[in-house]
Amino acid sequence: MAHVLEALAAAAVTSFARIVTGVRGNWRDCAPDPRPRVYFANHNSHGDFVLIWTVLPPALRRLTRPVAGADYWNVSPLRRFFGTRVFRAVLIDRNPTTRQGDPIALMAASLDTGTSLILFPEGTRNTTDERLLPFKSGLFHLAGARPQVELVPVWIENLNRVMPKGEFVPIPLLCTVTFGAPLRLQAGEDKAAFLERARAALLAAAPEREAGR
Amino acid sequence: MTATEQTLALFGGVAGVLVVASMVGLVLERRYAAQAPNAVIENLNSRIKSWWVMVIAIGIAFAFGKAGVIALFGFASFTALREFVTLLPTRRGDHLALVIAFFVVLPAQYYLIWIEWYGLYSIFIPVYAFLLLPIIAALRGDTKAFMPRVAEVQWALMICVFCVSHVPALLTLNIPGYEGRQLLLIAFLVLVVQSSDVLQYVWGKLAGRHKIVPLLSPSKTLEGFVGGVASATLVGAALWWITPFSALQAGAMALIITLMGFFGGLVMSAIKRDRGVKDWGQLIDGHGGMLDRLDSVIFAAPIFFHITRYWWTV
Repeated sequence: MAHVLEALAAAAVTSFARIVTGVRGNWRDCAPDPRPRVYFANHNSHGDFVLIWTVLPPALRRLTRPVAGADYWNVSPLRRFFGTRVFRAVLIDRNPTTRQGDPIALMAASLDTGTSLILFPEGTRNTTDERLLPFKSGLFHLAGARPQVELVPVWIENLNRVMPKGEFVPIPLLCTVTFGAPLRLQAGEDKAAFLERARAALLAAAPEREAGR
Repeated sequence: MTATEQTLALFGGVAGVLVVASMVGLVLERRYAAQAPNAVIENLNSRIKSWWVMVIAIGIAFAFGKAGVIALFGFASFTALREFVTLLPTRRGDHLALVIAFFVVLPAQYYLIWIEWYGLYSIFIPVYAFLLLPIIAALRGDTKAFMPRVAEVQWALMICVFCVSHVPALLTLNIPGYEGRQLLLIAFLVLVVQSSDVLQYVWGKLAGRHKIVPLLSPSKTLEGFVGGVASATLVGAALWWITPFSALQAGAMALIITLMGFFGGLVMSAIKRDRGVKDWGQLIDGHGGMLDRLDSVIFAAPIFFHITRYWWTV
């Protein structure tokens, strides 16, 4: 019974995302693959991971968990149901002083069970005019902890225009989710060089057309 | 023949042509593309498939009469506007104006056509939306690229809503001796535009040598243009029996429709070129978007509407 409810909620979320955004997945530089991967994406909106989740083939969707802030998803019973049961998010306590356990270890443990992760390495939503903020170090530490896992850059285009921060009616623009070329941590690569390379790979996954003016 | 008999005869004829086209496409695929895929044959077959979709959609809309046609073209406008605005470099300050464009202006335009208020639907977007939307954008206080931004939103509405809505507006025309048959005017417009697109394509493939605007559209040739326009004009003249026009008048109308359609396609290509895309959208995989299917109709519909209204209505 509980499973039916979760499956229905998941179907409702993905259908809603498709209707509002007409989202299309573009597997430009890699193909869907059931092995554990880390999808890392630009972050403009609370709906970002939903779009990635929606364009994944259903079999992969069930094996893919977003990494999200516990503070956001633990606010109400409804959010907790969606966060832990429908999306099965890996919840991270973003406050280091109250944090119990290492977030990187949590993510690595999830990868070890055969699931993929969706990660936003900017750490927070980008509401600036910059296309992409500098990356936090989490992606580097995760890549070091599980060096065999492919890191796939995923560019989400237009969702920030559908519903900019501070607006309350979405406009039905068409969104795309582009999967770029996977990368891994190279032997001896230091943090700054790796994060720069990962950031460049994500920007390379963006369509050439400039959305903003 | 009654209006219903004419409509059925017309759809029967179109379905017959499509059945033949589908069989030809199938034979070509079996014979020439059995081993390796052939781009030209693939393109032909996907076109035929999208014509089937179009004919079936229009057929269903016709079965529901005026409500069906308004719903169909309202949906087409919505999808077209969505594709158009997606490609515009809008800013956050345009958001409220765009919300109003999608959820107020578009439904209002089709409602005005439903209640057949010609005096308002023919000026609603060119006057009221034209003045209201820049006011809303100005109130948001973002002046960066203000002029191009408000102009682009207005253009999006004119193309995707105002022009498209002139197809169902044909139903509101009161033509003596043609009562109850206005659906056939829509059929005439769509058939002439579509056959012009096809015939230009065929003539271009058979005899195309000289490109008209090579930088813009390498597939549009002088030979395709002349051959396509001339033969589609003949198709239009041959369809005079479903119109209030004589054969000569129907041919002249078809000529105007095909010319507007051709140049409409050119203008819409220029916008796509500027925005760096090949197609407006991906409504059905590989078939382009709604605007790719509608671009010629968009430019032809208002002109066809006003000429018919000026000379044939009371």
